[in-house]
Amino acid sequence: MAAVIETHELTKIYGRQKAVDRLTFEVRQGEIFGFLGPNGAGKTTTILMLLGLSEPTSGSSHVLGFDPVREPLKVKERVGFMPESIGFYDDMTARQNLQYVARLNSLPDSVSKKRIDDALEKVKLANEANKPVGAYSRGMRQRLGIAEVLIKNPKLIILDEPTMGLDPEGINSTLDLIKLLSVEEGISVLLCSHLLHQTQKVCDRVGILNRGSLVAKGTIEELSREGIQALLASATGRGTPADRRGLISLEDIYMRYFKEE
Amino acid sequence: MFTIFRKEIADHFNSTRFLILFCLVVCVALLTTYTVSMNLRSEISGGAKIEYLFLMLFTTSGQFFSLTQFIAFFGPLIGIIMGFDAINRERSAGTLSKLLSQPVYRDAIINAKFLAGIVTIAIMFVSLVLLLSGLGMVAIGVVPSGQEAARLAVYMLISIAYVGFWLGMAILFSIILRSIGTAALASVALWIFVSFFVGFGSGLIADVIAPADQNNPELLLKNARIATAIGRVSPVNLYSDATSTIMDPYRKTTKSFVLVGPMEKISMSRFNSALSLWQSILVVAPYLTTLVALTAVCFAVSYLVFMRQEVRSI
Repeated sequence: MAAVIETHELTKIYGRQKAVDRLTFEVRQGEIFGFLGPNGAGKTTTILMLLGLSEPTSGSSHVLGFDPVREPLKVKERVGFMPESIGFYDDMTARQNLQYVARLNSLPDSVSKKRIDDALEKVKLANEANKPVGAYSRGMRQRLGIAEVLIKNPKLIILDEPTMGLDPEGINSTLDLIKLLSVEEGISVLLCSHLLHQTQKVCDRVGILNRGSLVAKGTIEELSREGIQALLASATGRGTPADRRGLISLEDIYMRYFKEE
Repeated sequence: MFTIFRKEIADHFNSTRFLILFCLVVCVALLTTYTVSMNLRSEISGGAKIEYLFLMLFTTSGQFFSLTQFIAFFGPLIGIIMGFDAINRERSAGTLSKLLSQPVYRDAIINAKFLAGIVTIAIMFVSLVLLLSGLGMVAIGVVPSGQEAARLAVYMLISIAYVGFWLGMAILFSIILRSIGTAALASVALWIFVSFFVGFGSGLIADVIAPADQNNPELLLKNARIATAIGRVSPVNLYSDATSTIMDPYRKTTKSFVLVGPMEKISMSRFNSALSLWQSILVVAPYLTTLVALTAVCFAVSYLVFMRQEVRSI
């Protein structure tokens, strides 16, 4: 399986703080990759670097075969990105918002008309398409965000905390939608979240990020096994203090994961 | 870039604050033109038609101020209102990160916003001047000569550059300052500073450098020169100097300190010959260049800051 995202020793330093530290991972074609970690772990910074919105301090990455530093427009043409707090022009209707995005992607209106209808249909907003977005609820905005991402027919979508601020029903329908897109249309997904138990339902593989570096990677089953070992290791006090710090934070995530199970 | 430009233009014309502002400007301008034309009519009726009568419509004071003074004072506000939330509103609404993740160059956003503002200003000015000219023609019954029309055109150009400067200033603040309120206050503060305090300050500084001596004309002149030179730091002064030269062909380059009424102006004109259009333009050119340069500097700084800003903070 070919990789849609590949990073090699990707590093970003803000001032004296290492936001992302020698990050190496890959997302394979057609899979949903969960990018997990507590707040401030460096998830958003990594995404910004993958989209060419922020320049890495060192290391390299390839997204759909393009280097985001050199060819950011080619990456942005092909990758759908939904930021953590999606913004819309509140005085415009949902359709107008989507049309604006379509025009920014230089799609002719004849093509975008159909795509907008399809996308709105998929996220079940076809009936409210002509309402101003200011009147939308949080869940509807989130769904509209996904519709917006679909407008450019992406091969890869990157979602930053797509379930944030949603009620349980909203979370479920959003996650189902993501799964559906991946299965039916073969879109690869990079899903960022700090909520392990939600994302494990849809993710094929996950990577756990802490303080800028990847502390674990693999399928959920693999990680549960490792997690137990990590707990044992920290209990018996093996490893260097630095290892243990990493493990304790990782443990925290697992504690939440175990509790909520 | 054209897409963003089109949307920004539409936004300007749809926004309530633009409509309110435009209505306000039109109302004041119509009222002033009406008063001025009535005054002019009563004062010059019976006499022979004087040259450049039509331009006096814009330069003579009505009740309180002339039209050119009004624009000099109020123009900055138009620019500020159109620009103060250009970038930081998008930032706080979360739409900036969306725009940036679309396949558009980063500078297209700021270029389009600036251009849309300038075009809106231009449309506003052209329609305003045409409207007022029409009203003036009806009210005083004089048709502008080719010369006068050309002068009006140059006047519009200077006005657009002037308001464009304030637009650039406001956009710069909207990039640097995260909060919309702070950006608005900062722009207004700057406007008040250059409108009023530079005038006072230049007099004070000139008195320190070259104290005026009523008995020594040379010192008096030197004092006045320094004061004017410092005053020209302010775009408001630049603008009012430039417009009064282009709109009033009889204007002397050194300001007279005496208030002159329209009748006196007419009698003075007998001994005075008007500056030709070309000469007026030559006098005005440096002012216009400075205004455009100031705008360009504002824009260049905005551009640099915007291009270098870390996206992280969106």
